[in-house]
Amino acid sequence: MKMSAEVTTDESTQDSGPSANYAEIIYNGIWKNNPALVQLLGLCPMLAVTSTVVNALGLGLATMVVLVGSNIAVSLIRNYVADAVRLPAFVMIIASFTTCIELIMQAYTYELYQILGIFIPLIVTNCAILGRADAFASRNPVLPSALDGFMMALGFMVILVTLGAMRELIGQGTLFSDMHLLFGDMAIHWKWVVFENYPNVLFAVLPPGAFIGLGLLIAGKNYLDEREKKRLAVQKAQDGPSESKRVRVTGQAS
Amino acid sequence: MALLRITSPHTQRAGHRTAWVMQMVILATIPGIIVQSWLFGWGTLINLVIACITALASEAAILAIRRRAVGFFLKDYSALLTAVLLGVALPPIVPWWVTVTAVGFAIIFAKQLYGGLGNNPFNPAMVGYAIVLVSFPVPMSQWLGVQDIIASGNTLSFMQSLQAIFHHLPAVDAYTMATPLDGFKHKDLLDSQTAFSTIPALQAASLNSWLWVNLAYLAGGLALLWLRIITWHTPVALLAALFVMATVFHLIDPNNTATPLFHLTTGAAMFGAFFIATDPVSSCTSNRGKLIYGAGIAILIYIIRSWGGYPDGVAFGVLLMNFAAPLIDYYTQPRTYGHKKAKTGLKIGEDN
Repeated sequence: MKMSAEVTTDESTQDSGPSANYAEIIYNGIWKNNPALVQLLGLCPMLAVTSTVVNALGLGLATMVVLVGSNIAVSLIRNYVADAVRLPAFVMIIASFTTCIELIMQAYTYELYQILGIFIPLIVTNCAILGRADAFASRNPVLPSALDGFMMALGFMVILVTLGAMRELIGQGTLFSDMHLLFGDMAIHWKWVVFENYPNVLFAVLPPGAFIGLGLLIAGKNYLDEREKKRLAVQKAQDGPSESKRVRVTGQAS
Repeated sequence: MALLRITSPHTQRAGHRTAWVMQMVILATIPGIIVQSWLFGWGTLINLVIACITALASEAAILAIRRRAVGFFLKDYSALLTAVLLGVALPPIVPWWVTVTAVGFAIIFAKQLYGGLGNNPFNPAMVGYAIVLVSFPVPMSQWLGVQDIIASGNTLSFMQSLQAIFHHLPAVDAYTMATPLDGFKHKDLLDSQTAFSTIPALQAASLNSWLWVNLAYLAGGLALLWLRIITWHTPVALLAALFVMATVFHLIDPNNTATPLFHLTTGAAMFGAFFIATDPVSSCTSNRGKLIYGAGIAILIYIIRSWGGYPDGVAFGVLLMNFAAPLIDYYTQPRTYGHKKAKTGLKIGEDN
């Protein structure tokens, strides 16, 4: 997983120059460069803990805090860290934020903390976070970096929650069960039993179901992109060529 | 790694059309279906009907979405074959939604998502079976018992079978019994001799019924061999390796293992050897490859039966060897006629 971070680093360098505008950052994070669907980073927590909506949401929020915090911190120190030691420095920053969120979850959402288990400390190794720190935050001012971190995390979380909802619906026939683990006692009645007497489909609850669910989500995104591309092509064809071209009728082009 | 380029064996086999091959394989399951219906009642036939309808409907739906010729692909009988293989593999009184899930998953995910007939790396029927086996362990472990042993003393009537499949039959527990493999798996601390004399599923009547089922599939498989639809390599390698594994471990530890005959005549041994492992799309293509492939499945079956979590291991064995099939094909590439045998083997680096 570490390797893939390097790859995306190079790739996303061009489109996130210092003058990246905010609309582009938002579009990149949520759709075009979505960490879960396009970069395929952070697969390990994504496949392991998205068995219910609440697990997915919990991990998504934790990742969001770490990503926003680390992007801001990395952006603040970007001019003072030598290039050679930048990755260790970034990892130290990410690790401290992860420790913070781990302690916070231990204090306020203890049961969820126990369910998510090892995957909270493992946020440190989530390549999406290190990738954003290196590719964006280390070469951009604070505000764009914070927005980029937030949007990337939002894109990640949306996919996590969608996958969690799919697996919970297919696996147990419910939605939003156990939401009180995250939102306190007022959320205890949020559980929505979609199918009564539902036989539990263990396959969707187990990790193989996550692979297939993620595959379907990626296929869905590619389908929508393809349709959009076709629509743009049709529109371009309707508009006609923008300028008439002069055609050479004499002589030979060398 | 460059994979072998093989002309599709599933489209032209022995000069016959795909539809003919698929029809013959379907017909070859008839002895097995008859024996199963005779032993376990109408459930198998009802399952088959549900499975066939689901298979045709899901295949047609996906073909329509993919904008392929629906009628042309439905007429090659491959979807029906998948449905038939699943229909006989599932327990006779499994609820209808289990059959629908298994067949739908097999056709849509294991076959059409990969590009339809000829492009699926895994055997669709076994993918469907494995999915429902993992997802619904309780209904999948309820087999009917033979009439001499079970509490009620007769087989389910047609109406009772329908009720068990589509609704809920309260008295169904009087008809169900563990299969011999399941019974042997849960013998716990008993040694083999005590197990065979005390556990109901391991009595002669139960063993004989499964012997009949396996003999029926053996007959169907021999017909396929005679028609040259399959070659002898995969089934012979599979059965021989299963026999060898069972013999070796039975000689080492006769108190805790079953006899080779038990392993060959219970569960899906014959059905798997002749009907599942010989799938031309997902198995190996070279003859030496088929031998390795079959033997690998048998070793996996024995391992799963003896030390795994499930009583029978044909589905998982076949799926795991499907993974290995391209690799086996790569290393068992046959020598071109008229060329010498390569002395140095295939070295990737020397290609350039």
